[in-house]
Amino acid sequence: MKLPPLASLPNPVKSAFAPSAEGGPVIVNIGPSHPATHGTVQIIAELDGERVLRTDVHCGYLHRGFEKECEAHTWHNLIPYVDRLNYVSALINDFAYCDGVERLLGIEITPRCRYLRTLLSEYSRIVDHLTCIAAGLMELGAMTAFLYLVMIRDYMYEHLADLTGARVTYTYGRIGGLARDLPDGWLARLAEILDQYEVFVGRVHGLVDRNRIFIDRMRNVGVLSTADAIHYAYTGPILRSTGAPRDLRRDTPYLAYAELDFDVPVGIKGDNYDRYYVRMREMDESVHMIRQLMDMLPAGPINVADHRCTFPDKALVYTEIESLINHFKLVMDGPAVPAGDVYVAHESPNGELGFYLVSAGGGVPWKVHCRAPSFVHMGGVHRMLDGYQLADVVPTFGSVNMIGGECDR
Amino acid sequence: MPADLDALCQSLATEATPASVAHGLVVVEVPTAGVLDMVRTLKDAHGFDMLLDVTAVDWLPREPRFDVVWHFWSTTGHVRVRVRTRVPEGDPAVVSLTSLYGSAAFMERECHEMYGIRFAGNADLRPILLYEGFVGHPLRKDYPKDREQPLVPYLTP
Repeated sequence: MKLPPLASLPNPVKSAFAPSAEGGPVIVNIGPSHPATHGTVQIIAELDGERVLRTDVHCGYLHRGFEKECEAHTWHNLIPYVDRLNYVSALINDFAYCDGVERLLGIEITPRCRYLRTLLSEYSRIVDHLTCIAAGLMELGAMTAFLYLVMIRDYMYEHLADLTGARVTYTYGRIGGLARDLPDGWLARLAEILDQYEVFVGRVHGLVDRNRIFIDRMRNVGVLSTADAIHYAYTGPILRSTGAPRDLRRDTPYLAYAELDFDVPVGIKGDNYDRYYVRMREMDESVHMIRQLMDMLPAGPINVADHRCTFPDKALVYTEIESLINHFKLVMDGPAVPAGDVYVAHESPNGELGFYLVSAGGGVPWKVHCRAPSFVHMGGVHRMLDGYQLADVVPTFGSVNMIGGECDR
Repeated sequence: MPADLDALCQSLATEATPASVAHGLVVVEVPTAGVLDMVRTLKDAHGFDMLLDVTAVDWLPREPRFDVVWHFWSTTGHVRVRVRTRVPEGDPAVVSLTSLYGSAAFMERECHEMYGIRFAGNADLRPILLYEGFVGHPLRKDYPKDREQPLVPYLTP
């Protein structure tokens, strides 16, 4: 069979505007696969010279039917899928999803699990912010700062691999607990990495913060007002960069956040520079929280003793009929989650990560909907691109930190 | 803040719009015609200034078949509310909230392509996660998971 000519194939995207016959503004198609697009996204821009008049943003190039696939698997089997939503901070997805299922089941997790999840959430937040800032700086040509930040990030990836067995997609959360406890010496290495983090992030501050080129590219570019941010449902660092101290860890404390001492850093005008700086400060706050949590971490079990969701000890599965049946039912049927629906939101590095879970009873979800901050942010990103230069699309889009995995699902 | 939730729940509940508190948020059931009024009340009188999420639930074979579900958040009161309405398969239409919230536009596009819900008043319901020419609504329960719709024909050797 021969492929039909390209022109006869349907165009997967219909632009909101087209070039006019009598000249006028130029329409430029940026992406979906272009070095300037931070992720697989398509921006159709109408240009007057180098000024962007309006933009039409299309996502979905990484759509893989996450929500449809979830309806065909047991509650447990979804955990590897939720890992791949925001694959830069997969642990936070795990914990938010597990939190939702636990609420439907009416389970309270053990104290050690609660503190460990908090610690690992903050650790993931640092990894995510490091990635965003490093990539954004590299796109502006700051190669040294990029390498400093990515080096620290790689220490963290390796360190998380010691705990979970994987560098990026960890599948570490479990309904009612965690996959395994900390290995020996893990916290000691964590303390070392945090010290190195401070050295290298200090160097990046020195290289970048008052750098003339950086300020010229970032200050007063991609400005977003607080009112616009709320109108377009921006959450997370982008909303905070406009000066609004809105943080779910403070506003609706979950996990162990109520017991921690931390600041909510905010920006002054919501431009690219503020988004950079808010993320830098948030990482410092995360380090501060992790250090508190390392001291607070209690001993004890990491999984709740609840046969509806927790797998029995492997030794018992081989020796005892009740445990064998329990294991079999959990694998084949999945945990029996009572009918109902729940919306649970965690403060992910990009903003409010919500899971709307609907159970009709039984081991398979009726519906799993992910309220992905990146997707919602794409709905308002034109407010930050329109009116600026074509070259500003790159740093502005980088500062939004669109993650294809959670945006396109 | 359970006291706040109960107070909010009582002030929203009427005969036509039963409200309850479940899993830390207020749930209001609204008839389809009353959605815009309810959302205006929420926004103007109760400070729900952020539309977090729009989605639908397919309850096949129930009739009316779909629930359309909105989640709102008050950035000052730190409370969430869920508004839910039922729409039939024959006319799955609800009002668009784009006149009140900018974030509605993108999320309604997604809900429209995934479930076929029409949002009256949203002029831009082009596909967003799917592509032009996609047939059907993949998150409906009667859409088979393994159906293929290749945009470019397969090459067979």
